[in-house]
Amino acid sequence: MNLEPAEPVVTAPTPKVKAPSAPGGAEEPSAPEVKLSAEDLRARFGTTQVLKGISMPIEARTVTAVIGPSGCGKSTFVRCLNRMHEVAPGAVVEGRVLLDGQDIYGAQVDPVLVRRHIGMVFQKPNPFPTLSIQDNVLAGLRLNGTRVPNPAEVVERRLRQVALWDEVKDGLDRSGTSLSGGQQQRLCIARSLALEPEVLLMDEPCSALDPIATARVEELIHELRADYTIVIVTHNMQQAARVADTTAFFYMGELVEYDQTDVIFTRPKQRKTEDYITGRFG
Amino acid sequence: MSTRAAPLLEASDSSYKLRKAKDRLIRGLCVAFTLLALVPLFSVLYYLTARGIGGVNLAFFTELPRPVGETGGGMANSIVGSAQLVGLACLFGIPPGLLAGIYLAESGKGGLAKVIRFTADVLAGVPSITVGVFVYSLLVLTLGRFSMLAGAVALAVLMVPTVTRTTEELMRLVPEQLREAGLGLGLPRWRVTLKITLRTALPGIATGIMLAVARVAGETAPLLFTAFSNRFWNDGIDQPVSSLPVQIYTYAVSPFEDWHQQAWAAAFVLVVFILILNITARLLVRHRVKGR
Repeated sequence: MNLEPAEPVVTAPTPKVKAPSAPGGAEEPSAPEVKLSAEDLRARFGTTQVLKGISMPIEARTVTAVIGPSGCGKSTFVRCLNRMHEVAPGAVVEGRVLLDGQDIYGAQVDPVLVRRHIGMVFQKPNPFPTLSIQDNVLAGLRLNGTRVPNPAEVVERRLRQVALWDEVKDGLDRSGTSLSGGQQQRLCIARSLALEPEVLLMDEPCSALDPIATARVEELIHELRADYTIVIVTHNMQQAARVADTTAFFYMGELVEYDQTDVIFTRPKQRKTEDYITGRFG
Repeated sequence: MSTRAAPLLEASDSSYKLRKAKDRLIRGLCVAFTLLALVPLFSVLYYLTARGIGGVNLAFFTELPRPVGETGGGMANSIVGSAQLVGLACLFGIPPGLLAGIYLAESGKGGLAKVIRFTADVLAGVPSITVGVFVYSLLVLTLGRFSMLAGAVALAVLMVPTVTRTTEELMRLVPEQLREAGLGLGLPRWRVTLKITLRTALPGIATGIMLAVARVAGETAPLLFTAFSNRFWNDGIDQPVSSLPVQIYTYAVSPFEDWHQQAWAAAFVLVVFILILNITARLLVRHRVKGR
């Protein structure tokens, strides 16, 4: 994998990049394959500190839920994981995020390439209104100038992957915004998957959906877990309990507790976590 | 339930009637003043049609003006001249307007953007004859003659602020989520701007541009001392050229009755052209929206 611009900078040495030995080994004694790892990640908007030093390894091919009250920094956290935070004016990120051991905030790294490896699904379904359903699926490839040799095949494969194919196969030329909210969100997931990312970040992907559409997206997350590393931000604790292998609880820009999901929800070690999941605040 | 709710729902009779009466009064006023505002518009259209349509014939579109004293002839050179002037003005005016609008919408923060925005707003309010004087000293004096080029530049200057502000406003209307979607798919910023934001705003921008075109197509003052006028076909971009608005002016102030008739006809034709432009612009947008 190469996050640096297509023309390799021949003279550039790579001593700054840490070897891909599990950086979070201390916290995770079993030391499984770490896909993504935040190290002392700090983020702010202007002078408002939103993340106050988050260190958190994320295992490959697992679903990690990030929960916490509004304003705790959970959305900012996932946006830092694919360099989307810095897109907003005044937004600054410090610290490191390692993808397979390589710092995505390294000086040589092109943020645009990072985002092709680490896909993102947003809170509000956002298909491109000027493009048809099939062109939405292909958007990430085509708008980048990539020639797609067999577009029909890519479209069908990705739409099947998100279980949308049977619903839309007879109207692939219709606008992406003609679909229902839940269908739009699955279309957006298909659009991300078409770029073959290794990691998929989901920022409250179901908060704009009804329960049935939510269930379908959750089912989809279950299926995607086999091939992708998924980080999902959610407001909904039941959702975290249903879909996630591990859960992180954020509070006031800090990572309070990070453990197996059942541990977080049944015997949390921190008082704050317990208060939050039992509904005493938040 | 209904028996208990009844006293609550029965408002005191007088206050309800008063409210209804006020509602009718304000509604009536709105309708009356709307009709009043439409009176001049429709009388202009009616008067132009009534007086002008009689002078519209094939010769009007195909022949040059006749010398004083001879009846007949047409305004073919003015029609072509107007088209050339407006076409060139688009060529000069749309690219800077569009690019400035994109800049203001996508990266325009801070002092420079404020200056550009303010300048565009001021420029939009500058009387068009002032622009004519400016281009007169800029091009006519330096080149030594009236020319199509000078006329087109004057019209372009009038188009730029409209195009800039329309582009900016319509690009701002594109939801931020679409830009994020593009960036999240690993598109560089410039591709997001061109292929997503601009693409999404395009139908609206096209309408804005059409309206700007329609506006400058009817401008007379800035052409009087830039493009001037020409009784014959235009000989090139550095030569004076006749245009419909200037021709209307010249003929309308002349003492000859048949010239007056031709001026009416020209005014009618000009208004029809502008109406067609406006309607096309609107249909274009409606069509796009339906396609969604």
